Amino acid sequence: MNERPWGLWWTQVRAVMRLELKKTLFSRRGIWVYFLAFVPVIIFAAHSIYMMKLGRAGDIGEDTHTFAEIFQLFYLRLAIFFGCVGIFMNLFRGEVLDKSLHYYFLAPVRRTVLLAGKFLSGLLAASVIFGTSMVLQFVALYWYFDSSTRQEYLFHGHGLAHLAAYLGVTLLACLGYGAVFLAAGVMFRNPLLPTAAVLVWEAINAILPAALQHISVIFYLKSLCPVTIPGDISLDKGNPLGFIAMNPAPASAVTAIVGLLALSIVAVAFSSRQLRHMEIDYGSD
Amino acid sequence: MNEAQNRIVFEDVSKFYGDVLGVNRVNLSVPPGITSLVGPNGSGKTTLMNLMTGLVQPTRGRISILGIAPDDPERLFRVVGYCTQFDSFPRGMTGYQFIYSYLRLFGYAHAQSSELAMRAIERVSLTDAAGRKIAGYSKGMRQRIKLAQAICHNPSVLVLDEPLNGLDPLIRAETIALFRALAAEGLHLIISSHVLHEVDVISDQVILLSNGYVVAEGEIKGVRDEIEDHPMQVLIRCDKPGELASQIFHNDYVVEARIHKDRQGVLVKTRDADRFYLLLNKIAQNGIEIESVAPADDDVLSVYEYLIGTEESTK
Repeated sequence: MNERPWGLWWTQVRAVMRLELKKTLFSRRGIWVYFLAFVPVIIFAAHSIYMMKLGRAGDIGEDTHTFAEIFQLFYLRLAIFFGCVGIFMNLFRGEVLDKSLHYYFLAPVRRTVLLAGKFLSGLLAASVIFGTSMVLQFVALYWYFDSSTRQEYLFHGHGLAHLAAYLGVTLLACLGYGAVFLAAGVMFRNPLLPTAAVLVWEAINAILPAALQHISVIFYLKSLCPVTIPGDISLDKGNPLGFIAMNPAPASAVTAIVGLLALSIVAVAFSSRQLRHMEIDYGSD
Repeated sequence: MNEAQNRIVFEDVSKFYGDVLGVNRVNLSVPPGITSLVGPNGSGKTTLMNLMTGLVQPTRGRISILGIAPDDPERLFRVVGYCTQFDSFPRGMTGYQFIYSYLRLFGYAHAQSSELAMRAIERVSLTDAAGRKIAGYSKGMRQRIKLAQAICHNPSVLVLDEPLNGLDPLIRAETIALFRALAAEGLHLIISSHVLHEVDVISDQVILLSNGYVVAEGEIKGVRDEIEDHPMQVLIRCDKPGELASQIFHNDYVVEARIHKDRQGVLVKTRDADRFYLLLNKIAQNGIEIESVAPADDDVLSVYEYLIGTEESTK
């Protein structure tokens, strides 16, 4: 009788995911997440078209660095960050606003199983949206190069390795920020305060003491990025916001992946604990 | 099966929302049948129902639903269905999708979920609207689809918060008949309602709440017997109600005497029924023709008025 019904739990997780994926991927509320995700694709595609019209030859090295800057400074820190705010904070908070969370709580589903279903659906949705955008950005950026240059870069240079690394960092970013904002969504009614706090915390990560740097998603993500941001935007070159890009003591790849997984597990476990004690209180009943 | 496993039991249960009292020191043991929770807004009816179903957790005390603790949703909601007062639904769903997706959460396969969903929808007479979006439903239809959601998995305990709200008379009668049928099947039905005459008609027992306290519980007659300190209400039908009222009012054991709305009788509240009936015998011999004397408080409304003392709150 003490056997854990893993089969039932997995069936229930899938039932939750079916409901949540539909809501996350196809609701009008989430259009801005798509916009955030695909803005870089549009920019890179426009750049490629412009270069082709002018008939200019590009510099793969220069574009690779440009891509690294946009990826780290915009895509990770703003697009994925705020995308995960929109997706993961609404998993529970959105239901509270819609006054529909009680339907889940009235089903014979462990709250931990409910959390797993919602988190996995959020992770899948975020990964599909931001992973697809990431691949399209890569394609759009190098589109205007002639095919031999592209082939050389992709198959004999760092191209495919960079693509795989960026894709991996994107998925890990969805996992890390997803776990953090899931916890924030379970804890807070108002998303502004935790979002602002995490945004500032992530921005000042590089100037924090070493021990505190590890309690951050961006620390691990920066360490995993395949291209370091050029020095001319860093703080010592006079850029007042250069500290955002600094990474004084990057972690090894293994440490970064394990560290990020550990941080995510802690955040999800915290959410699970909070959810087990959550009461239905829609505020105006 | 021992008795606790066939009852809904509250043992010294209190719930505070911060400093605000939800319910206090509730002790109940509810048998199968239809039990009504009666009380004005803020008396603690919904809190009691939310405590039963684990939507809120008690600050103190212990609750058991057929031997299952409310903090064990995996077991609890196999046997409990709850139709809440919240008039909100997951976005974009049809009535059928709403019930079907809820049943999938139980772990039922597609075919079984589909069959149970359609059966529940049929039971609440919504078959024709099953394929329509809930957002386009009338208030009564939304109420019924919530009821379908509560009964779709064939629970043993049904908790229904104001289930008759918004229903037209025909559907209301059908719904009451459904409640009776479910109670006859041996289910526990816990119903809260402000429609007191209906509660009175359908209930096997009643729990009266006021300001978070259970002020009385039991069969409606039994509840009345508990209130020894409260005056009993009697309706006397006679030919001269004004004269009767003036003759009985000056007695100290008569709390109140007022002419009935139809002006063909007097409603009397008395603390001493025996002395009052003796007085009535004397009056009857002095020229007032008394057609009938009947207790007027054998319904929830009057019991409730006695206990709570606020007629407005029951309207």
